[in-house]
Amino acid sequence: MSAVTPIAPTPVAPVATRAPRRRRVRKLGWNLVGLVVLIVMVFPVYWMVATAFKPGQQVLSYTPQWVPLNPTLDNFTEAINRPHFWDSVKNSLIITTVVVALSLVLAFLAALALAKFRFYGRKAFIVLILGVQMVPLTALIIPLYILMSRVDQVNKLSGVIAMYLTFVLPFTVWTLRGFLLGVPKELEEAAMVDGTTRFGAFVRILLPLVGPGLVATSIFAFIQAWNEFIIAYVFLQSPEKQTLMVWLASFTSLRGTEWGPLMAGATLTSIPVVIFFLLVQRRIAFGLTAGAVRG
Amino acid sequence: MVTVAESEYPLASRRRRRFSRQRIGRGLAPYALLAPAAAVIGVILAYPLYLLVSLSFQKYGLFELIRHKGRGIGVDNYTRILHDSQFWQVLGRTVLFTVVAVSLTMVLGTAIALLLVQVSRFMRLALTTGLVLVWATPVVVAVNIWHWMVDFEFGVANYALTKLHLGDFIRHDWFESPWSGFGVITALVVWGAIPFVTITVYAGLAQVPQELLEAAAIDGARPWSAFREVTLPLLKPIFVILISLSIIWDFQVFQQIWIMLDQRPASDYYTMAIYAFSQSFRLSEYGLGSAIAVVMVLFMFLATIVYLRQMLKAGEVH
Repeated sequence: MSAVTPIAPTPVAPVATRAPRRRRVRKLGWNLVGLVVLIVMVFPVYWMVATAFKPGQQVLSYTPQWVPLNPTLDNFTEAINRPHFWDSVKNSLIITTVVVALSLVLAFLAALALAKFRFYGRKAFIVLILGVQMVPLTALIIPLYILMSRVDQVNKLSGVIAMYLTFVLPFTVWTLRGFLLGVPKELEEAAMVDGTTRFGAFVRILLPLVGPGLVATSIFAFIQAWNEFIIAYVFLQSPEKQTLMVWLASFTSLRGTEWGPLMAGATLTSIPVVIFFLLVQRRIAFGLTAGAVRG
Repeated sequence: MVTVAESEYPLASRRRRRFSRQRIGRGLAPYALLAPAAAVIGVILAYPLYLLVSLSFQKYGLFELIRHKGRGIGVDNYTRILHDSQFWQVLGRTVLFTVVAVSLTMVLGTAIALLLVQVSRFMRLALTTGLVLVWATPVVVAVNIWHWMVDFEFGVANYALTKLHLGDFIRHDWFESPWSGFGVITALVVWGAIPFVTITVYAGLAQVPQELLEAAAIDGARPWSAFREVTLPLLKPIFVILISLSIIWDFQVFQQIWIMLDQRPASDYYTMAIYAFSQSFRLSEYGLGSAIAVVMVLFMFLATIVYLRQMLKAGEVH
């Protein structure tokens, strides 16, 4: 309790004019700091895109060109024409599509059970799906390899799909459960009183209401499956089976990296993720911390 | 009259029977809904976890891989790694990396979140968009970008540092010494982890009641002590979860090092995950690799026990 802070009900005139100006100066200072932080954070991404559009001799120059003055698409055509680019695109698309579709169905059913029913073992399952998210993937890769080689699923897309599905399920179940809990029970009951069956109530009332949740979780599953590297790297050994991330990582293992095409390839593989990410970013932040905020 | 009563009775009992069958159906419904997801998680997450522990007590090499059957050797794998000086080095290196990376991530992430509160609305929008852009960058892409930026010949980092007169960095190889190499890797990991921390902490800050901060200010609290006494305790659950997740992510760091060092890192760059991976997939010592991985899991479990307790509580509430 310091006596310095007066609780003045009526501000005196000079104070009133000085305070806003000082506040404005301070705000300007904070904005400048914000600008510096923004530049530092975004620069690597900018540098990737800028390099991708530069002609070869500008990429390999001792004094870097900050802005690509003569932009060219050469790096992109070179990246696309590298061996196995289209194979990788195809594999990545197959894997992500199947993972998204299966995870949506399985997660929705499980979330329905968790949100709309009370049953024995419910808590145990919730603890299980929260707990398995903690298991490090890099530790599981060894037993998974043994398991998959026993059932002959090494170097097959189906094996990778099964693993990706498992790793996105806990999150998707948990997030969809949150959405389903948000649907008021009265709405369902009103629909059933109006003579629809439980299934009819589900289709007409529940589905439209959890639509945004389904979109968010499917995009999450897409990003996870699209970005994953370790499993694809270990399990898809032949080059025509690899995904885009493995294809991209194989650039660096060559003697003398071709930075221009590599940055073009990196830009191409990032575009779908960045678009989807901007769409659902708030949902994902919310879902990952839901356990803490609600507990 | 009698006929009516007779005809009514079977109707009622039929209705009752249908009702009970419906009840049984409803009782089983949640299990049927849960079954597919539970089966997948059981086969591909729970069983491998068991397999990991059981492999760590076996001799499991190439021969055993082909036969699909290991040979039990008790705790030999564990005594081998515990008497291996390299194991202790790797463990120490991983712990040090995790402590540094998690601290930097949390401090910088929180600082930027506090900055977001202060800046103008336009700057806030620009910063958030930039952060999401960084967040969205796939890890493999991020590693390649940083690799390019610190390239010893044409990298922009060496040029800029030399121009800023911070030393002679022309043709400086960042990966010659593991210390500076890990510096680059830490910068890359922290850069990629900041957006999630910042956006989560910022969302938490928005929920701190303004009256509390005003009351603190009236009581004469300076901004820093108001932050420590009011904001931090309120955000504690968020910090617990963020620190735990960061520990989990950083302690098992793999891709950043693996790709940055052209998929064949020298042993100076081994962390727990890379050590376990190399023992298994390079030397075909799957049992030994499993033992290392088990130790890694135990360490992460100990480091995140507060978070686990919080999660168990969350599971009980609902």
